[in-house]
Amino acid sequence: MSQFAINLLFVGASFALYIGIAIWARAGSTKEFYVAGGGVHPVTNGMATAADWMSAASFISMAGLIAAGGYASSTYLMGWTGGFVLLAMLLAPYLRKFGKFTVPDFVGDRFYSSEARLVAVICLITASVTYVIGQMTGAGVAFSRFLEISNTAGIWIAAAVVFLYAVFGGMKGITYTQVAQYVVLIVAYTIPAVFISLQLTGNPIPPLGLFSTHVESGLPLLQTLDQVVRELGFQDYTADVDNKLNMVLFTLSLMIGTAGLPHVIIRFFTVPKVADARWSAGWALVFIAMLYLTAPAVASMARLNLYTTIYPEGPTEPALAYEDRPEWIRTWEDTGLIRYEDKNEDGRIQLYNDSPEFAPTAAERGWEGNELTVNSDILVLANPEIANLPPWVIGLIAAGGIAAALSTAAGLLLAISSAISHDLIKKTLKPDISEKGEMLAARISMAGAILLATYLGLNPPGFAAQVVALAFGIAAASIFPVLMMGIFSTRMNKYGAVSGMLAGLLSTLFYIFTFLGFFFIPGTNLLANIPENWLFGISPLSFGAVGALINFAVAFAVSSVTKPPPVEIQELVESVRYPKGAGQAVDH
Amino acid sequence: MTDEKSQAALYWKANVRLIFGCLFVWALVSFGFAILLRPLLSSIPIGGTDLGFWFAQQGSILSFIALIFFYAWRMNRLDKKFGLDE
Repeated sequence: MSQFAINLLFVGASFALYIGIAIWARAGSTKEFYVAGGGVHPVTNGMATAADWMSAASFISMAGLIAAGGYASSTYLMGWTGGFVLLAMLLAPYLRKFGKFTVPDFVGDRFYSSEARLVAVICLITASVTYVIGQMTGAGVAFSRFLEISNTAGIWIAAAVVFLYAVFGGMKGITYTQVAQYVVLIVAYTIPAVFISLQLTGNPIPPLGLFSTHVESGLPLLQTLDQVVRELGFQDYTADVDNKLNMVLFTLSLMIGTAGLPHVIIRFFTVPKVADARWSAGWALVFIAMLYLTAPAVASMARLNLYTTIYPEGPTEPALAYEDRPEWIRTWEDTGLIRYEDKNEDGRIQLYNDSPEFAPTAAERGWEGNELTVNSDILVLANPEIANLPPWVIGLIAAGGIAAALSTAAGLLLAISSAISHDLIKKTLKPDISEKGEMLAARISMAGAILLATYLGLNPPGFAAQVVALAFGIAAASIFPVLMMGIFSTRMNKYGAVSGMLAGLLSTLFYIFTFLGFFFIPGTNLLANIPENWLFGISPLSFGAVGALINFAVAFAVSSVTKPPPVEIQELVESVRYPKGAGQAVDH
Repeated sequence: MTDEKSQAALYWKANVRLIFGCLFVWALVSFGFAILLRPLLSSIPIGGTDLGFWFAQQGSILSFIALIFFYAWRMNRLDKKFGLDE
């Protein structure tokens, strides 16, 4: 059987499973559509949250970014897990006690204002759409490789599949499908990692393999990797970073962004009790950690494997001849995600860091520039091929990557559609809409969101994980602070909340657009996106944390000079703090 | 009524104190050990690199899990103590 047929078989079988579950658990009412009727066990919910959470960015891109950045990219690991601590302690239990469907619902009721609800809807949609773009880019990469088509066609197919899948499901279908997707994606991620860890270190557990001895050289794996990359002009893999402020702020942005992402918060409305919301956050992190502890091992091992493929005799010896390149380089060249240009016309592949500091050494070796461009996003997908693993492992990775992208895209689209149909249409514009009409509006807004995300996915501002990181910045600056103040401050009023959200969202968007172009349209940026231009060395990806501070500061300042919220609102805040009597997530 | 109110205030105070403690550890392992304090930990070798690198890529994640379960466990006890468990 050809590799193409095996890929189709694995992807097809996993799809049949998800669709089967989605039909079996079809949502009948709006309540089931949004929150699965509030009856999901914490462990099940944790697993579904993990699938929801781990997106194409985690599955496909993250290891690639860590491989490229080494220690500096640890921000992704800490940022995307640390947020669950905030979620478990600062938001989830109280929002569960509050017992409504959506994030704008809480904001609207707590701040007794439809303006606040509207601004929350805008913040939510901005963050979610940016996030869906990242999923589309990631799913596009996966489809293009495994169906052997162009990247553009891959993105269109991804859009069609997400549409069919999300529009018919709703939350209940999604919860159980996501449990299945979690299993598929974690198995797909772990199996190749175990093989590779065994090959390189003899240790079958990848996170332990990362800190073990490299069998071939007899030195610790990380030390070997440091040596190899140094000889090719790159910075040491484990090297410390100079700009610590930026690293701290980037990590913090990802953390509070995680806690502020609407599709993750919604998850905690589906557990039966307040105490379950806390446990559920813990379980979610356990399931997430299974992948996040494996990812850094995959990253370092794949990077080492890449260089041993290109330099079979070691980095100071002649590189691999282009004629002898392995099959995986040929297939990835077809997608355009690996490119080769024989700059010194010696018929060999020189892969190294084209920096001015390394230029003399490169000239000495007769190299005239880096000849192989490898897109970071392909690393995890190409990993089994680089390590010569059997074809079924590659098929499994295909299914896993697509599961990751689909589960997150579906969860996000649900958050977007509920914000539009429930918060915007039912609560603001047309309160007398029927339940049927509301479901229809939800599905139409999903379709609109998919189209927009597909368009932007075709013209993306960066790698999947970086686009996603921007979404976190936006969520961090707008949604997290307003939720936290709504719970922890009885004095916070609607004026403070609205002006805080607007200040956080607009300042963050402005900073991001200044460097990446307005609405990410290339060429419209005011300043080049280079560290010299950044304010205090803070990158656009890290600005979310600053935006959140601005949000808090503006909200407290405005709130302190305007009149306090009504007594019944202060009592509402008191009541969400105590777990008793949470009841079901209620309709109203 | 006032008694119930003061009980509730005590419960909330205990919760906030617990959150502060947990978030201190949260910040210490991630922003501290893994980033800002990494140079101080560079003399402690682990698998070809230093302890700060381990915290950045594994230790912080493991600590986060422990923190959430610790918090959930302590809050359950607190809920029971105040008769707020369901």
